[in-house]
Amino acid sequence: MPADSIDIRYVAQLARIALTDEEIERFGKQLGDLLGHVNALAELDTESVPATAQVVESRNVSRADVERPCLDRETVLEQAPQRQGGFFRVPRIIAE
Amino acid sequence: MDELIERSGAHIAAEVNTGRASASEVVDATLSHVDAVEPAIGAYLTVLHDAARAHAARVDERVRAGERLALAGVPIAVKDNMCLTASRTTCGSKILEHWIAPYTATAVARLLDAGAIPIGKANCDEFAMGSSCENSALGVTRNPYDPSRVPGGSSGGSAAAVAAYEAAIGLGSDTGGSIREPGAFCNLIGFKPTYGRVSRYGLIAFASSLDQIGPLSRTVEDAALAYDAMCGFDPMDATSLDRTPEPTADALREDLRGVRVGIVREFDTKALGTDLDAVYAKAYRDLEALGAEIVEVSLPTAAYGLATYYLIAPAECSSNLARFDGVRYGLRVDGGDVRAMYDATRAAGFGPEVKRRILIGTYALSSGYYDAYYVRAQKARTLIARDFEAAFAGCDLIACPAASCAAFPFAAKSDPYSMYLMDYYTIPMSLAGLPALSVPCGWVTPEGGEFPMPIGLQLCAPLFGERQLLGAAHAYERATQHALARKPLPAQVRA
Repeated sequence: MPADSIDIRYVAQLARIALTDEEIERFGKQLGDLLGHVNALAELDTESVPATAQVVESRNVSRADVERPCLDRETVLEQAPQRQGGFFRVPRIIAE
Repeated sequence: MDELIERSGAHIAAEVNTGRASASEVVDATLSHVDAVEPAIGAYLTVLHDAARAHAARVDERVRAGERLALAGVPIAVKDNMCLTASRTTCGSKILEHWIAPYTATAVARLLDAGAIPIGKANCDEFAMGSSCENSALGVTRNPYDPSRVPGGSSGGSAAAVAAYEAAIGLGSDTGGSIREPGAFCNLIGFKPTYGRVSRYGLIAFASSLDQIGPLSRTVEDAALAYDAMCGFDPMDATSLDRTPEPTADALREDLRGVRVGIVREFDTKALGTDLDAVYAKAYRDLEALGAEIVEVSLPTAAYGLATYYLIAPAECSSNLARFDGVRYGLRVDGGDVRAMYDATRAAGFGPEVKRRILIGTYALSSGYYDAYYVRAQKARTLIARDFEAAFAGCDLIACPAASCAAFPFAAKSDPYSMYLMDYYTIPMSLAGLPALSVPCGWVTPEGGEFPMPIGLQLCAPLFGERQLLGAAHAYERATQHALARKPLPAQVRA
């Protein structure tokens, strides 16, 4: 196992969550403790063991490419934090 | 009518189907009871007075037209991480506090189609992450058997609602124990089917390879009725099992002759203290008295379940919860540019436990750590599933504790890891995708506690073994009747 502590600031950036200094300290300690516990997995010999992503049979699922009813656009847009006509309105993404 | 709402869902459905009671009467009685006891219990985040009455009127019409419905007029509590059209669906989170679901989850739709009535949306730990309901950002739920104690979690609201007769059946979701542990804490059957048996469409995802919907109920028969109505392939969930459903209602047994029950060598109940040890020793003897052959089995890697789970579940959660970014639904906190909006929205919208899990999951999936953490955990998951396969070569069912203690007081588990330990006995089954349930097996007055609190026995079957599982649980329930030893506190429940 590679680490006993987490660079919380960096991980929070990846996770898109702004943290306060207090949270950085608290979560850093709590997640460091948790890493100490999960590092126990190093005791298991997993060298030749396949990884399990899904426990029961799974296969690709496809359906015929035909039109079918979907959610009503107005109902969905009613839940938007901000909208403009038939669109979700968001802050500018591309500079002028 | 007040007596009727304390009866089982099966009994209520029989009364409604034969015209001795109407769904509308059942719902009116349930709603007035809910209004009376909710200040003390807090099981629901939203009570659906109007929708419940409208559903009841439709069920009465269908019954008058000659239909016989498996759950006619049966009041249900729906965990608030499952969508129900036009109702608030919050996941117990600020980020979805005001979100109205535009569609209905398949599991919920199937219960409603079978005549069930949605009484309300039940409280839960935020995004189903927790074991006490204390991680809900939107309300406090109390244990109906002792209001100073938690109902368990994450499906704590559904459990408290059913225990306090605010519904006959509760819908929960179980990722690492979130149906079974609150079931044990609230004197109920808490049943997690095989992964994939019940569609997850409309269940707001936490950890997709583990999440499974199941019922909480006061009787095994009700768990079977609800499961039978919900299970089966759903084209809207690619992981739902495309197998012929195997209904369980006709599999309920009265004895355990010919059943080999495995007791797990590594789960030594002496470690749980003398009171709990005695309860479980008695439970295993009672299984034997019913005709079961008790055998010892070994799950050598089950002890690594917690470590495995706390990498896989957070990894999946960090990915699933990326969708809550303030763009299309839910909370948005403006921060200037779009990046600042994401950061501020998620900072304000998620509570501490959700943030912790997103962070650990993001870390476990990040470049440089993926193989060391996530892949290693997936390999450990394989070993745990193999342990169960080997154990089931020598037994038909496994019996073990559902939790390591009775319901605990509020704020007793302030250290996150001590809360994670609550799921020690339930996580291995989740990782292996196995069907498992908790059934009441006795009462223990916890140290410093005022009342005897319910204890749960966990039974687990091989994949797709729901018929054997519910069949055996029924025999045990009928022979022991532990659930009937105490009623929820009268002062709260019969206001």
